Amino acid sequence: MTDTKQGKDVQAAISERVPIMQRVLDNPFLLLFLGITVPAALYLIWGIMEVASVPIAE
Amino acid sequence: MTTVDVGAVGKAGIAVNYRTCRFTGLRIEANAETLIKVNAVAAVVFLALGGLMGLLVALTRWPAIQLLPAEWFYLVLTGHGANVLLFWIIFFEIAVLYFASAVLLGARLATPRIAWLAFGLMIAGALMANYAVLRGDSSVMFTSYPPMMASHWFYLALIIFAVGALLAVMVFFGTLVVAKEEKTYDGSVPLVTFGAITAGIIAVFTLASGAIILIPTWLWSIGVISQIDTLMYKVVWWGMGHSSQQINVSAHVAIWYAIGAMVLGAKPLSEKVSRTAFLTYILFLQLASAHHLLAEPGMSSSWRIVNTSYMMYLAVMGSMIHGLTVPGAIEAAQRRNGFDRGIFEWLTKAPWGNPAFSGMFMSLVLFGFVGGISGVVLGTEQLNVLMHNTLYVPGHFHGTVVAGTTLAFMAMTYLVVPLIFQRDIIWPGLARLQPFLFAIGAGGISLFMMGAGTLGVARRHWDISLTDAVHAFEYPPGAYMMMALNGIFAVLASIGGILFILIVVGSILRGPRLDGTNAKLTFPLHDASREAVSKYGSHATVKLPGTIVLVGIFFAAFVLYYFVNWKYLSDLWLFR
Ligand code: HEM
Ligand SMILES: [Cu+2]
Repeated sequence: MTDTKQGKDVQAAISERVPIMQRVLDNPFLLLFLGITVPAALYLIWGIMEVASVPIAE
Repeated sequence: MTTVDVGAVGKAGIAVNYRTCRFTGLRIEANAETLIKVNAVAAVVFLALGGLMGLLVALTRWPAIQLLPAEWFYLVLTGHGANVLLFWIIFFEIAVLYFASAVLLGARLATPRIAWLAFGLMIAGALMANYAVLRGDSSVMFTSYPPMMASHWFYLALIIFAVGALLAVMVFFGTLVVAKEEKTYDGSVPLVTFGAITAGIIAVFTLASGAIILIPTWLWSIGVISQIDTLMYKVVWWGMGHSSQQINVSAHVAIWYAIGAMVLGAKPLSEKVSRTAFLTYILFLQLASAHHLLAEPGMSSSWRIVNTSYMMYLAVMGSMIHGLTVPGAIEAAQRRNGFDRGIFEWLTKAPWGNPAFSGMFMSLVLFGFVGGISGVVLGTEQLNVLMHNTLYVPGHFHGTVVAGTTLAFMAMTYLVVPLIFQRDIIWPGLARLQPFLFAIGAGGISLFMMGAGTLGVARRHWDISLTDAVHAFEYPPGAYMMMALNGIFAVLASIGGILFILIVVGSILRGPRLDGTNAKLTFPLHDASREAVSKYGSHATVKLPGTIVLVGIFFAAFVLYYFVNWKYLSDLWLFR
């Protein structure tokens, strides 16, 4: 099982062989985080700030 | 008989049963199968309803016919947009997500009860939205910009539908976790599943933006909030309205890869390259929402340009990569299948008689040439002023969501019916013809609406002769011709659509059963379909002369059309 020491070593060896970019692509929740924060920051939040800074007509 | 290899009880107390698909060898769990079925059936029903409304709209915009009176036109136009772009597409996408997770990974569907709840909410929302529209007090069209106000039922319906869809997307992510924990696959998920993950991620952003804007709008419609700022609404609404189109793109690109794999045994040329292309979607595609606000005075140029140019072009590059690697993978597979002569034998000897393949390939070509090129032109800030809010816009997006997404989903249905419903396709002759009819019709309406838009015809306008207008205006005769041609091709597309519905419903109800021992598929799959669609791995090759020629033609068309529009702009917009 993986919780024995030897198991951990085997796992570590496997994960070392997997390139970093593939590890990112293999992690759907990291991708989910990126796919929400990038558009939320650049499009939504920045966009809302621009609308909010339009002066109100008198 | 189909084999049942595991019969256990899942954590939630719902039985988990698997069968092994006799045609692909994929392991299919019963709850996943049922939920794919119900979502696919709901999708087709809303396509039938919404497609019919599309025909009525097109016949009304055909000046010689002008079928519906003005009030009905806007009502039916609203119903058309909601039924096809929301309900048909999203129900089908949920089926695709369940297929790409549970079926392709050979896993059980996580929390089937929640998947049923999601389905129930989506059905309730969709029916309620139709009720609100048909009442006649919600003709606010797809974008529903305030201060135009729909009945509060309309907003509530969309919120309920969105909550359901969000739950279904969570079931999809849950299924990924289950598959990983129960080790139903090793290493990385297959590319088709990765494409579905991309769609699922964009769906979460889409539905969250929808909730942020629709909940206050609903409160406004019942009088709790006194006012909704129009520009604020537009910014957040398009975070949903545009991003949802990117769910479609990710889903139909995943389907292109899936059909290539299942029908021809095509493996990706490079997992790395294709996945990176999907990653550009995850990071950048949703920013293009800003292209809907290119003519809004309140937004700064920096915001518009960052969102629609620099970043968005990275996502466009992603699409171009898929545009190269999908036909490339097909060419490579066909050459391995023995069609290795000349530049184009792989394409001419492709299974054009199989509606899954023909639909998929035409979807790829039309999406690129019609939807893609026109989209980049419209999304360029300066060029946008040439056709902003004209019929060019619906022309463009019928090239993407009808000729692209809808045709790809139809093609996929020709695989879902035999593999999931276990019924063979009836009327093979008509089924062969159907994708061509629909592709010609959908391509036609896209091009002719774009043509009319180039001549200045407004979108969402009941009467292009502007009879009662205070200031008379005459469109050139060419515009009338474009609208008539649009009507004719709308009839063609509708015949293709009706055929699709009849074939699918007929096959599900009356198609020859495929669970007997000697059953054979009318439209066969590749022998290595399972390996190609459900395992990680590339098949690198550089010998792709046909694809290089196709991509060369595409670039030539793209560059030419792009610069023609700049030339056109420089004639109209004189800097002196
Ligand atoms: C038989 C097939 C179809 C025909 C003949 C058709 C025709 C039309 C026409 C003529 C318009 C009106 C343009 C205007 O006056 O502004 C329209 C709008 C629209 N169509 Fe279609 N269409 C079809 C299928 C589809 C499908 C499958 C989708 C989505 C997947 C779709 C999505 C839309 C949307 C979102 C609008 C805009 C609604 C609005 O402006 O509020 N259509 N269609
Ligand atoms: Cu858009």
